[in-house]
Formats: sequence, structure tokens, C-alpha cells
Amino acid sequence: MRRGLAVYAALAYLFLHAPLLILAAFSFNTSKYTVWEGASLVWYRALWEDGRLLEAAWNSVLIGCAATVLATAMGTLAAYAMWKRGARWLEGAFFLSLVTPEVVMGVALLAFYQWVFHFLDVRLGMHTVIAAHVMFSLAYVVVVVMARLRTMDRSLEEAALDLGATEAETFWRVTLPRMAPAIGTAALLVFAISFDDYVITSLVAGVDSETLPMLIYTMARRGVSPAVNAISTIITVAVGVMILMAERWRRA
Amino acid sequence: MVMRKWFLLPARAVMAALFVAPMAIVAAYSLLTRGAYGGQGAPWTLENYARLLDPLYAGIAVKSFWIAGVSTAVCLAMGFPLALFIARARSRKALWLGLVTLPFWTSFLVRTYAWMFLLRDTGLVNTLLLGLGVIREPLPLLYNDSAVVLGLVYGYLPFMVLPVYAVLEKMDGALLEAAGDLGARPWEVVWRVVLPLAKPGLAAGGVLVFIPCLGAYLTPDLMGGGKSILIGNVIQNQFTTARDWPFGAALSVVLMAMVMALAWVARRRGGEGGLP
Repeated sequence: MRRGLAVYAALAYLFLHAPLLILAAFSFNTSKYTVWEGASLVWYRALWEDGRLLEAAWNSVLIGCAATVLATAMGTLAAYAMWKRGARWLEGAFFLSLVTPEVVMGVALLAFYQWVFHFLDVRLGMHTVIAAHVMFSLAYVVVVVMARLRTMDRSLEEAALDLGATEAETFWRVTLPRMAPAIGTAALLVFAISFDDYVITSLVAGVDSETLPMLIYTMARRGVSPAVNAISTIITVAVGVMILMAERWRRA
Repeated sequence: MVMRKWFLLPARAVMAALFVAPMAIVAAYSLLTRGAYGGQGAPWTLENYARLLDPLYAGIAVKSFWIAGVSTAVCLAMGFPLALFIARARSRKALWLGLVTLPFWTSFLVRTYAWMFLLRDTGLVNTLLLGLGVIREPLPLLYNDSAVVLGLVYGYLPFMVLPVYAVLEKMDGALLEAAGDLGARPWEVVWRVVLPLAKPGLAAGGVLVFIPCLGAYLTPDLMGGGKSILIGNVIQNQFTTARDWPFGAALSVVLMAMVMALAWVARRRGGEGGLP
């Protein structure tokens, strides 16, 4: 049985990883078609000269960073407060936001923004995308940070308070440092989710806020271009390196 | 705890303004009438919900359930043995588990595109088969329901493996040995001992896979072409191209209600909801 399982597992891992590996291999293909004609970096060079693509990548990084900082900070504070004592409707809202289909969340935000725009002189753009990303990442931060808090001993905080620390000092000097690894993981998760989101982003983005996934989507729909293989490979490798570094930093 | 209130304030404000309010607006719009130029206004009506009974839309709802159900079943069948393999591995469990979760960190869009690259008419599979002379014309591998199921399974398989693994990991290995000693064949051990023990994990995984599949938008859009339209695609279309927001809102409310019902049942049964 063990051998049968091992063979099956090998096939399953092949299923999980072969498509991305093949995609990466063909990003180095000279030919525009799916026939191997020798290795080169033509498609990577083409990316570098594509102004629209660079702008989309820059937008994605900006949105990702802004959403990461805001959502991680707000989510960490909320998780800590909820660890102290439950916050019922907020917990419910987080839970619902996790199960809400992306497309429903996207159209709801679009409808909401359009309604708000009746009263305010704003338009869809980077800010609406960032706000949306902060909202849908909050629950993930809370889940990750809360999981860590649950393993912590409450008596440490009590001890700090008994020894004369204020509430703020207790949070800042006793609990926060011990939450740090979880906060790091949460931040990484937020960035990955934000950087990857297409469905919600495409619904609430304006003309000046095309992101990388939006561009990849357009290119993928239009047809075969090895350039898409090349961007995909860069994204996959970049995210992989980020995770490895985070893993190392966490263990260090 | 004065501090607690201040700590909750930003999250409360964001969730109230950007989650609860938008959902309330969608619920309200679903009861309004579509305007001549695509807006929405009085009178209040249930017309949008009545339209859902139209065979066209009822059919799309049934199909969405069907595709999500098939995808979940395939994930169960593929995820269980993989979880069992990892749980029973003698070494490097973290590595095997990491290899399952790794795709989760990579872009969903990129993963979908990778399959399009393999499956399209001019894709790698067809090019290879044509080159080898196995087929004369490219096989229609992409832009059909099977491609959508494949894309969904590929995207959500980790959601099945993780909870099943979590349950199997805690399983007592002595039970398996006992079953074996008492004369059960290996497949009997799996079928009659391991599988029943893994039930809570399978149920949790099933919900975690079924919910996103039911509301899927990107996979049917890219891998199903125009043919395989599911609820998620209709909603997006009503809000963008068709500009019938009240009808799109009614569809969103119904989809949301189904998802909430599923999540509620899963949570009551002690499944992994994700939150405290």
C-alpha cells in the first residue's frame, strides 16, 4: 500500500507542479509558437521594453505595499482586542467576508463606490483599489494573528500589569514582540493576495490603475504570447523567493 | 480596557463601510427597477427575483451547483490519498506539505494561464500529439466544462488536502496495525478504518472547496470560454456589459444566501470555518 501511495503522490505532485514548470521552460523559447527553437531571453527583453506592463507592475507593487501596511496594522490591533474579549458583529463580518464569492464582493464595492460618488467628487482609481484590498485582507490577518495569540499564555500580561506596567506598555513590550512572527506571515499573505487579485480589482479599478493581473488577463484572453509566460515566471519566482526569505527570517 | 475600543475602531470602520454597507446596497438594489439608461430607481419590486425562475437562469444555477459538486468530488478523490501519503510519510512531512501549499502562494491567474498554455488548440498537448501523428486535428481540450472542472480542481486541491491531513496526522498508527493484524487487507484498512476517521477533515475540505467553486468567476471565464457560463459570470456581466444592476444584485443576493447557508451548516457541524 505504501508503494502505491508513493506512486500516486508522485503523480499528484506532477499534476500540481508540471504546468508551472512547463510554462517557465517555454518562457525561454525563441519561437513565438509552441515549438522549441532554442533558448533565449527575447521575451524577457520584450517585457522590459513594454511601458504598459512596467506601469501595471508598478501599480501592483504600490497597491500591494499600501494594502499590506494598512491591513496588517488594523488586523493586528483588532485581533489583539478580540483576543482580550470577543467582538461579535466584527467576528461575524470577518467570517462572512471570507466566504463571500469574490465577484459578489467586487460588484458590491462597485455599487457602493458609485453611490458614494454621488456625494463626493472622487472617481475609481488607485485609492478605491487599495481600500478594497485592505477590506478583503483584514480577515486573513485576524485569522493568522489570532491563531498565534491563542497559543500564548494570558498570565504573562497579568504579570506585567501586576508589576506596574500600563496597558499600553504591556501590549507594546510583552505581547507585540511575541506576535511578531505571525504579523510577518500575515503581511506576506496580504501582499500575495493583493498582488494576485484580479476579480475584485478589475471591478473597482479606474483608468489609471491597471494592475499586473488585469494586464495578464487581457493578454491571456487575446491569445498566445510567450511574453505572458515570461511575466508569469517572474511573478512565480519573485513570490517563491519572498516566501523562502520569510521562512528563513522566521527561523532565524 | 479603554484601549480595546480604540484597537477595534479601524477594523470596525473598514468592515462597516466597505463590507456591510456595500452588501446592504446590493440587497437594496435587488429590489429596485432598472432605469432606461442602466441606473436603478423606484418602484420597489420583486421582479428581479421572479426572473431567476426563468429556465435560462435556473439552468445556470443548476449547472453552477453541478460543476462545483463535480469539482469537489474530484478534489475529495484526489486529495484524500495525497493527504494520507503525507500523514504516513516517514520523513520530510513539512516538505511534502509545503509542496501542496506552494501553488496557493503563486498567482491564481498564472496557474490558470499555465493550463490554457497546455490545453489550447495551439497549446503544448495538441502540438505534441499533432507532431507525433497521433491526431490529425487539434483536440478541443479547452473552453468546455471539463476544462473548467480541471481548473477548479487545480486551484482548490490544497484546500482539501490541508484539513484532511490535519485529521489524519492525529490518527493513531496502532489502529492501522491492529486492523492489519486482524486480517484486513490494505485497501480494507483504508476504506473501513482510515476513511471513517478522516470524515471530519473530508467534510471541512468539501465545504472549503465547494464554496469558492460555486461562486467561481475567473476559471469559467478563462477556461470555459463563452460556453461554460456560471452564476459568477452572469453577475459580473450584469454589472458591466449588460448594465442591469438590479438583476445582477438579485443574483448576488441569492448566491450569497446559498454560500451563507453552506458556511452556517459547516460551522454548526464543527467544520473548519476559518474564524474563532
